[in-house]
Amino acid sequence: MKQQARRLLQILLLLVAIVLPFGVNNYWLDVATLVLFYVVLCQGLNVVVGFAGLLDLGYAAFFAVGAYTTGILMTVYDWSFWLTLPVAVLLAAVSGVIIGAPTLRLRSDYLAIVTLGFGEIIRILAINLDITGSASGIYGIPRPSLGGYTLSAQHDFYYLILLFAVLAIIAVSRLGRSRIGRAWMYIREDEDAAEAMGINRIRMKLLAYSIGAVIGSLAGCVFAVKMSAIAPLSFSFMQSIMILLAVVLGGLGSIPGVVLGAALVIVLPELLRSAEDWRYLIFGVALVVMMIYRPQGIWPAKYEALAEHQSPAKLAGRDGSHDENVPHSRELS
Amino acid sequence: MEIILQTLVDGLVVGAFYSLIALGYTMVYGIIKLLNFAHGDLYMLGAFIGFSLLSWLTGDGASAAGLLGIGVVFLLSMLLVGLVGMGVERLAYRPLLTAPRLSILITAIGVSLFLEYGTMIIWSPNVFVYPVQLPQTGWQVMGATITYTQVGLIAVSCLLMYALNLFIHRTIYGKAMRAIALDQTACQLMGIDVHRVIALTFFIGGSLAAGAGVMAGAYYGTINFLMGFIIGLKAFTAAVLGGIGSIPGAMLGGFVLGMFETVGTFWIGGSWKDVVAFSLLILILVLKPTGIMGEKVTERM
Repeated sequence: MKQQARRLLQILLLLVAIVLPFGVNNYWLDVATLVLFYVVLCQGLNVVVGFAGLLDLGYAAFFAVGAYTTGILMTVYDWSFWLTLPVAVLLAAVSGVIIGAPTLRLRSDYLAIVTLGFGEIIRILAINLDITGSASGIYGIPRPSLGGYTLSAQHDFYYLILLFAVLAIIAVSRLGRSRIGRAWMYIREDEDAAEAMGINRIRMKLLAYSIGAVIGSLAGCVFAVKMSAIAPLSFSFMQSIMILLAVVLGGLGSIPGVVLGAALVIVLPELLRSAEDWRYLIFGVALVVMMIYRPQGIWPAKYEALAEHQSPAKLAGRDGSHDENVPHSRELS
Repeated sequence: MEIILQTLVDGLVVGAFYSLIALGYTMVYGIIKLLNFAHGDLYMLGAFIGFSLLSWLTGDGASAAGLLGIGVVFLLSMLLVGLVGMGVERLAYRPLLTAPRLSILITAIGVSLFLEYGTMIIWSPNVFVYPVQLPQTGWQVMGATITYTQVGLIAVSCLLMYALNLFIHRTIYGKAMRAIALDQTACQLMGIDVHRVIALTFFIGGSLAAGAGVMAGAYYGTINFLMGFIIGLKAFTAAVLGGIGSIPGAMLGGFVLGMFETVGTFWIGGSWKDVVAFSLLILILVLKPTGIMGEKVTERM
C-alpha cells in the first residue's frame, strides 16, 4: 500500500515537472531549471557525503570539469555535444581518483580541507589557463542538436536537465539500496568494522568519490550548453557550499530530502529578492538555527534506512511522516 | 642578493598576518576540534572596525592620527572583535558542542555568511581606503628597501605572539586551556569551567585576528567585506602546515607560508599565488598530515 502511494506521488511529481513550463513565465522557468541543476549536483554530492560520509567542500570543481570539457571540445574542436559527455565522464572519474587516492586515508576534516584546496586550484587554473579563456571564460558554445532539431529554447534545456535529474535520482537511489550503497553506509557508520567485514574501504571510497564526480560533471556539461558561456565565477567555493547546504538542509543520504533541499536553496533566495541585501544574512542565521534545532535535515533518511532492516509488521503501525521520533543514527563523526 | 632579501622581508610581513590569524584557528581547533570557518571574517571585521574608529578619530581622514591614536584604535578593535568572537561562540557553537562534526561545520559557514553580509549591510559593499598613511621610507640594506612600517608590523605581531605564549604557559587560564585540549571530560570532572575557558579562547583568537585585520588594512590600504574568506583559508593552511593544534606550529606555519607565497609569486607570477598555497597544503596533508610541529594524532574517523 505504502509503496504504491509513494510510486503514485512520484509519478504525480514528475507530471507536474513535465507540464510546469506551460504554467509559469520565463523568469520562474529559469529558476526551475536552476533547481534541476542543483538536484543533479546535490544527488551527486549525496553519494559522497550522504552515503559514504566523506565531506567534500570542493564539489563545484567537478561541475567545472564537465562544463569546461564540453565548452572546450565544442568551441575549439567542433565536437557534437553528445560526444563530449563520455569524455567529461571519463575526465571527472579520473580527477576523482587523482584527488581521492592519496587523500582518502586522511581524517575527515583534513579531507574536507584538501577537497576545498582542490576546488580552489581548479578555479584558479580556469582563471589562468589560456585554453579555458582566462577570467572571461568560454563563450559562444554552440547549441546541441538532436537528430535534426536544435535545442535552443528555454523549454528545451529545462527538459534536458529534467531528464538528467530523473536519471540521477534513479541511479542514486538504486545505488543507495545496492550492495555498494550498503557498503558505503557501513563505512560511514564505522570504518573499522566495515573493513573487518571484508569491505575494501579505500576502493569503496574512491568509487563513491568518482561516481559523485561523474554526476557533477554531467550537470556541468548541460550547464555549458544551456548558458552557452561559462566563466570561473560559476565554480567558486560559494557554489560548493551552496550544494553542500542543499544536501544538509534536505537531509543527508535522503533522496527526496536532497531534492527538497536543492529546491529550497534556489527558491528561497529568489523569494527573498525583495530583501536584496539581507538575504544572505538571513540565510546564514537560518543555517545556524537549523543546525541547532534540526541538524538531521528537513526530510531525514533514517526512516528509509530503518525500513530496510525492519519487518513489515513493525513498520505497519508507524506513519512515515513522523520521522523525528526515530533516534538519530546517521551522523558524521 | 637584494631580491632574496626583499622577498624575505615581504614574506615575513605577509607571514606575520597569517600567523596571527592561524593562531586563532589552531587554538579553537586544539580545544574543541572545530574548523572555525568564520575566523577569517573576524579578521575582516577587525579591519572594518579599525577603519571606522580611525575615520572617526581623524575626522574622515582630514587630519592624521598620531601613533598613540593608532595604538588605541588597534587595541579597541581587538577588544570589540574579541567580544564578537565570544558572542559567536555563545550563540552558535556552544549549543552544538556535542553535535556531529558536520553540523558545527555548517554552523560555521552560516556564521561566516552572517558576518560577511552583516558587514556589507552596515558598511555597504564598497571598497574602502584606510585613513592612515604609513611611512614608505626605510633602510636600504644591500639594495633592498625595508620600510619602518614593515619592521613595525613584524615587531607588533611578534609581541602579540610572545604575549600569547606567556599567557598560555604562565597563567592558570592558559594551563586550563592546555588541559582542555588534552581531555575535556576530565577537566570538567576536575572542576574547570570548560565553557568559560572556551569563551576565552574565542576572545583571544578573535582579537588576534582583528589585530591582523587592522594591520593588513593599514598596510595594503584597502578593505572590503569579502576579504576575510581567502585569507582565512590561507591561515588555515598555515595552521595545518605548522601542525594544527600546536601554537608554535601556527606561528612557524604562517611565516613559512608567507615566505613560500612570496617566493612563488616572484617565480611564477602573482596570479598563481593561491595555487602555491593550496598545492603546499595538499602536499603537506598527503605527505605529512601532522604538519611541521604537530604530534601524531590517532585516527578519529
